[in-house]
Amino acid sequence: MDTVEKIVEDFASDIAMSPFSSGTRLRDMIRAIRACKTAAEERAVVRRECAAIRTAISENEPELRHRNMAKLMFIHMLGYPTHFAQMECLKLIAAAGYPEKRVGYLGLMLLLDERQEVLMLVTNSLKQDLNHPNQFIVGLALCALGNICSAEMARDLSPEVERLMRSREVNTKKKAALCSIRIVRKVPDLAENFMALAASLLKEKHHGVLISAIQLCTELCKASKDALEYLRKNCIEGLVRILRDVSNSSYAPEYDVSGIADPFLHIRVLKLMRILGQGDADCSEYMNDILAQVATKTESNKNAGNAILYECVQTIMGIEATSGLRVLAINILGRFLSNRDNNIRYVALNMLMRAIAVDVLAVQRHRTTILECVKDADASIRKRALELVFLLVNDTNVKPLTKELIDYLSIADPDFKGDLTEKLCSIVEKFSQEKLWYLDQMIKVLSLAGNHVKDDVCHALIVVLSNGSELQGYSVRSLYKALQAYGKQGSLVRVAVWCIGEYGEMLVNNVGMLDGEEPVMVTESGAVDAVEIALNRHSADATTGAMCLVALLKLSSRFPSTSERVKQIVARNKENVVLELQQRSIEFSSIIQRHQSIRSSLLERMPVLDEASYLVKRATATQATISADKLAPTVAPGGLKLPNGVAKPTSAPLADLLDLSSDGAPASTTTSTTTPNGFLQDLLGIGGVSTGTTGVPSIASTDILMDLLSIGSSPSQNGTPGQAESKPVHAVPEAIDLLGSLSSTTSVSETKPTHLVSQDMDLLDGLSSSTSVSGLEKTVHPSITAFQSATLKITFDFKRQPGNPRETTIHATFTNLTSSTYTDFIFQAAVPKFIQLKLDPASGNTVPANGNGSVTQGLNVTNNQQGQKPLAMRIRMSYKVNGEDRLEQGQVSNFPSGL
Amino acid sequence: MIHFVLLISRQGKVRLTKWYTPYPQKQRSKVIKEISSLVLTRGPKLCNFVEWQGYRVVYKRYASLYFCMCIDPADNELETLQIIHHYVEILDRYFGNAYFILDEILIAGELQESNKKAVLRLVTTQDALVEAAKEAASSLSNIIAQATK
Repeated sequence: MDTVEKIVEDFASDIAMSPFSSGTRLRDMIRAIRACKTAAEERAVVRRECAAIRTAISENEPELRHRNMAKLMFIHMLGYPTHFAQMECLKLIAAAGYPEKRVGYLGLMLLLDERQEVLMLVTNSLKQDLNHPNQFIVGLALCALGNICSAEMARDLSPEVERLMRSREVNTKKKAALCSIRIVRKVPDLAENFMALAASLLKEKHHGVLISAIQLCTELCKASKDALEYLRKNCIEGLVRILRDVSNSSYAPEYDVSGIADPFLHIRVLKLMRILGQGDADCSEYMNDILAQVATKTESNKNAGNAILYECVQTIMGIEATSGLRVLAINILGRFLSNRDNNIRYVALNMLMRAIAVDVLAVQRHRTTILECVKDADASIRKRALELVFLLVNDTNVKPLTKELIDYLSIADPDFKGDLTEKLCSIVEKFSQEKLWYLDQMIKVLSLAGNHVKDDVCHALIVVLSNGSELQGYSVRSLYKALQAYGKQGSLVRVAVWCIGEYGEMLVNNVGMLDGEEPVMVTESGAVDAVEIALNRHSADATTGAMCLVALLKLSSRFPSTSERVKQIVARNKENVVLELQQRSIEFSSIIQRHQSIRSSLLERMPVLDEASYLVKRATATQATISADKLAPTVAPGGLKLPNGVAKPTSAPLADLLDLSSDGAPASTTTSTTTPNGFLQDLLGIGGVSTGTTGVPSIASTDILMDLLSIGSSPSQNGTPGQAESKPVHAVPEAIDLLGSLSSTTSVSETKPTHLVSQDMDLLDGLSSSTSVSGLEKTVHPSITAFQSATLKITFDFKRQPGNPRETTIHATFTNLTSSTYTDFIFQAAVPKFIQLKLDPASGNTVPANGNGSVTQGLNVTNNQQGQKPLAMRIRMSYKVNGEDRLEQGQVSNFPSGL
Repeated sequence: MIHFVLLISRQGKVRLTKWYTPYPQKQRSKVIKEISSLVLTRGPKLCNFVEWQGYRVVYKRYASLYFCMCIDPADNELETLQIIHHYVEILDRYFGNAYFILDEILIAGELQESNKKAVLRLVTTQDALVEAAKEAASSLSNIIAQATK
């Protein structure tokens, strides 16, 4: 501490003594910074230094520039901003002397990179230095250009670099060749200018020039097909000669690395040979001999030799080699794989991955060893090995491999379990030949690593279960047993609880016993116990908690004797801090207490889930997250003419929407069900997607809840959604009193229109929200047609909120222009960050055909930058026509000004 | 190609950075943080390669310094290890500015010179140039000083 204080004092006195100099020497500054004990001290020292350097810059003292630049580089390396010194770099470079230029270029490469506009200013200095008589100054300029040049600079300075490649100085030649690599990377069009030059450099003797030229050739082949052809014709002989010379050369102390002459040159020649020989039988033929020689003669007891062998094997695998040569390569791989050195095993696994395309059988031979590598202590090796195993799985070996991997899962490193589980699940899903095996393996994986299993995998399992009626009894019993033993694995709990809720009676009565299966003794209350324990243990997780509550509710109907207990458990959650659970608890209590008559039909088993449509959905969801380009098939009917439509309706609509929301726009209320884990939420109608307003479930979740309770599917039964059509068009949408209506004596009831309450979804008594809008509000802005396609028309009416001028209530009306009814209609909207959006529930989810009535929905928009930026919105409508999914989207930009 | 070279101390302090692919300043600090946490936590007997964001990081520890190079997955990891060693050997023989040596070994993320002595010769020649310039400057200022006396 004393020393630090002393240094700080020193600094203070330094600055006090000479207010116009930057005070300390570089070494002293580094010492002072290293002596700092806390980040705050360090910041203080750096701040003081930077201040001094700024002063020196403004004083324009050339003597200190040098030292200041060195200091700045150190400061920059510590992560502090140094942009103020960029001009100093340019001044140093423009200076005449070598020392200034050297530091200037160093600073340029460190403090700037190609994206900075300041860099353009240096082009002229670079040009002058490239023409300098002193080769070292030329070298500095080439080095800087090679490391940071931008496309513009590459174009401007390319002629200079070409000229320098013909220089007599070897140092200049090799630097110019490497610099050309950067130029070609930035501007591939220039490749043709360099190919003849590059080929001629291959005749040189100097290794540095050879290495640089070979690398340039490699880059040229990547950049241009013409260059590849040219080099195939002109330099294959030269390359073979270089490789032969270097591998046969006697001891050369200058290039010797542990007994091998210049491994770097070896490797680079081999790499270029691979590119030239790929797909060209003549070239490959020409290389066979020398490759065989390198593969057999290279010593493999040191890293340098192994590096050459590694490259050689890659080349043999890459070109059209003879079968004898291939066998040689595979044997080297085998030797590598059994090497004790981890590095060698790592590259062996890497190489086997590439060899798989060439010769699967040869790789299969090493399966046991590879499987051992999955269990290695080294994470890098495990990862490589796992990926390789994944590629090696086929129908014949899937069972033993899966068994091995599952056995290992129980002892695997926690960090590795995620990867391992993911691969295991996809192996099991992809290669399962019978359902029973699939179920058994999935239950094992869920038991051992349930916390790592992804939601979509669980969902796939549930879909399979739902479809496999003969295995439901067995599954629920197995899951029950697993739940007893591994109650902490999140995904296991979810799947098990779902099954117990659905197939509870099969658990208790041992229905559908398989041969050789041991019966379990579970009482009705035992089943409830299991769910209750899960609920208590996982109540922090809203999804699991919600699933438990649903399961309990279902059990109360399956086992009337437990009804009273379930009621108590459910009631306990009425004050749960998790809103979702609280809401469910209140809703379910109401069902148990007041709706006895309909409870059993309400809580029937879920209808069989459609496997095909789930697979499509899952594939779409995955695609949407990876690349939305392939979404086209699910996108709206062709030939859309969208007045407000996006320019390219087929590209990335989902991703666009998701992007918008991932921008952190809190306002976007896309009720997206496309996320991979969306399904579980669908299943349960969990309000994970609910619009920011509390208490009002989003339309999507409501739909699903209705599905779940199997009452919403046929609107005529309780008259809920379809009502909108028959209403007098009075612009006052009615409330949908979903369960309120159920409380009336008949189960088939009419909805009571409530006035002045706009679109209030009173799901359950006591939960009504107040999004009521005064119906007397004057419309100040004209209505617009927000969207029109051949199939659908949307109009927006606007109402300003008197209290808040930024807030606008939009009343959206959806009209169906085709002759078929749209069902499951969902409207979604996303807005830029500066806008806040609140979606009210729609008046219904069925849009009648031929414009014969419409669906309406309220949107509340608050423009936080009113007057500066206009309203803008992206919209997406999904619906079904005759059970077929349709999707349309567009952008609304014709909002009346001033909103 | 080599995307960047990092020298990190065992305590996670950065000693040298060299970028052959442009990263904005913020990104650079993030990269450094990620790489050091990846590399410094690995045990001594494990392999010298880690995978990072689709690239490979080849690292090797010499005394208390970690030398890290980030390469493409298709590059030769063993050779990169050899390049690191090449660099270290030259550094060992010539105790001077590590940046100047690196600039004689790599350009545009590719190897420039496999001859250690050639690199040494080049760096020392250039150092001599700097010394000569300094002497000339001081003698010049002496002459000026004497002339104005």
